Amino acid sequence: MHKSWLIIQREYLTRVRKRSFIIMTLLMPVLFVGMTWLIAYLSIKGSSEKSVAVLDGSHFFEQKLPESDNIHYHYLDTDPETAKLAVNSGKYDAVLIIPPFDAAVKTDLELYSKEQLGLSAQAQITDDLNKVIIRHRLATAGISNSEISDLQAKTIGLHNISEKGGHEGGGMASFAVGYGCGFLLYLFMLIYGMSVMRSVMEEKTNRIAEIIISSVKPYQLMLGKILGVALVGLTQFIIWVVLLLAVGSVVLGTVGINMFQHGAMSPEIMHQASMANNPEMIAGLQSLFNDMNWGAILCWFLFYFLGGYFLYAALYAAVGSLVNDDPQDSQQFTLPITLPIIIAFVLMTTALKDPNSGMAVFGSLFPLTSPIVMMARIPFGVPAWQLILSAALLVIGFILTTGLAAKIYRTGILLYGKKITFKEVAKWLFRNP
Amino acid sequence: MAPLLSIQHLKKYYAAKKAVDDISFDIPQGSIFGLLGPNGAGKSTLLRMITGIFYPDAGRILMNGEPLSGRHTDLMGYMPEERGLYKKMKVGEQVLYLAELKGLSRSEAQKRCREWFERLDMNDWWPKKVADLSKGMSQKLQFVATVVHQPQLLILDEPFSGLDPVNTNVLKDEIFRLAQNGTTIIFSTHRMEQVEEICNRIILINQGHKILEGNIYEIRQQFKENIFKIDLAEKPADLPQNITLISLEGNHLAFHLDEGHDSNAVLDHFIRGHNQILGFNEVLPTLNEIFIRLVQDMPKL
Repeated sequence: MHKSWLIIQREYLTRVRKRSFIIMTLLMPVLFVGMTWLIAYLSIKGSSEKSVAVLDGSHFFEQKLPESDNIHYHYLDTDPETAKLAVNSGKYDAVLIIPPFDAAVKTDLELYSKEQLGLSAQAQITDDLNKVIIRHRLATAGISNSEISDLQAKTIGLHNISEKGGHEGGGMASFAVGYGCGFLLYLFMLIYGMSVMRSVMEEKTNRIAEIIISSVKPYQLMLGKILGVALVGLTQFIIWVVLLLAVGSVVLGTVGINMFQHGAMSPEIMHQASMANNPEMIAGLQSLFNDMNWGAILCWFLFYFLGGYFLYAALYAAVGSLVNDDPQDSQQFTLPITLPIIIAFVLMTTALKDPNSGMAVFGSLFPLTSPIVMMARIPFGVPAWQLILSAALLVIGFILTTGLAAKIYRTGILLYGKKITFKEVAKWLFRNP
Repeated sequence: MAPLLSIQHLKKYYAAKKAVDDISFDIPQGSIFGLLGPNGAGKSTLLRMITGIFYPDAGRILMNGEPLSGRHTDLMGYMPEERGLYKKMKVGEQVLYLAELKGLSRSEAQKRCREWFERLDMNDWWPKKVADLSKGMSQKLQFVATVVHQPQLLILDEPFSGLDPVNTNVLKDEIFRLAQNGTTIIFSTHRMEQVEEICNRIILINQGHKILEGNIYEIRQQFKENIFKIDLAEKPADLPQNITLISLEGNHLAFHLDEGHDSNAVLDHFIRGHNQILGFNEVLPTLNEIFIRLVQDMPKL
């Protein structure tokens, strides 16, 4: 036992001390937060700014169209031809030509631009116009402006509470958490599985394997390596969580302050406005922080991380032991292992769309895919029997693959010089120890 | 004295061939035992079974009279023919790790490693990376890693390959010193001149079979062909009877003594002829000659 501990220790320390590990560990959360922030920033900022000239003969819309960050309205008093010339010369991106019209009936207006304006800009302009018209119609029907604002603010948010599986979050939050967990598991299994494989290959080609296994049993060396790398993964994960929380809170803090300072609005108005605009998102955010059972998710994440990692790491170790000096060899053996991981990832995306579909349920029970697929389903709520079955199958699965891998590893690690075929590997599996 | 290691009817078959086919021998305590054989004879397979890396298909190995088990791994030191070290590890950490894997405590490993580094003049290597060592240096390091836990049984597979004469002598002296202190050594090689110099007993295997075993002197006696050499003061005028001349160069002659005759008769002949005898010795076959003869005589399977 002491010897296994020595091996675990060496595997752990040599990796953790590596410069590449330290850089990766520190850089990843920064990159991750940076990317998220960039995406969020871009989606808030939207597309580029557009300036739209408005030729409103009836002065119906004048000064009523709402100003926004990306569309600026300029009210002109020229004839359409001059305005079109201004658009062609690049002064404006588009000109909106509004002939006198009847506010009570459906009307089509012309938007002239040099190039297509883009779908989102068109949608926003349509939206802006309609808001003004509807307010006008409501006002003619005798509803005051303040009443309209009041009515519009009181929207409906949708909370999906289902009976099975206990706690439920909003759909969007579940999706985000499920996707995040599944993706992280996918990354961990690939990165650390490969790391185990490379390390086995190194020991084989360096010929140190024979010296080590004259002191310890081959399975001790294999398991020591797998456990050591698992600890590296856990260390990295914990550092990431801590760093993400730290960096995340700093970034969120500054962004929040910026937003408050940016608009000259008071926080209440802004809150109201965003509520009115995107109730779904607010509900999602709320359930992300309140309704999600983070304790359970973290526990399951660790379980599926370890289970999935052990299962694949053993297979990767076996593959590493089959490779000879030529690294090209590894490809024919890695494909059968990497493929199920990729399939699991594909299944995960379908499971996120429909967590209870047959595919999703199968994927979350089958041990080769269950870590990734089940982790994606858990935030949506999974029946207890499925969780227990999946967990049990995964444990059986990794005991099985570790056993098989140990058989292959023991022979492969000492076999030099000749190319190993699948047929031979199969023979090793089915002969007696 | 009871043998340290007793190999009994050991067999190991691979799919295509019998790597080791019913081999038995004993290794006495404190001896330097030569394991000889051409490439592919089954030496490595045999050594891997002794070190517990492979399980035999049949037969058994006793160490100190007990069947070989996990308890014995710490009593052995094994230096395989293909050397291996972690290239990216530091020299000091590397030997400490290997010593601890053999069951030494951290402090004990530290102490013994330092002693060995001192003895072999390797002190300033400690913080270096293994990748920065020359081939000869890493060979010495490998040797230290093999012996640092004071094994009862030391198994060296071609320990001198790639070493310069100076370092070969350094290592040879260490091997003798260890043997004097009671370490039993298995020395596997196909370099016969080294075997004659170092080993007390040998076993020769080929194609998985034992073809020869014994004390080196006895083996050479066993294969002698009654060839003698005489150095004379003058060129001989005539030759004695009952000999077949092999060569005659000036005052030196080599001959084969016919069956059933005494070498004293030959000496007598020259003494009577007043030809002074400056040197006389029997020419025993070298192990190399015996090796080649036996291996070539074996039918190819």
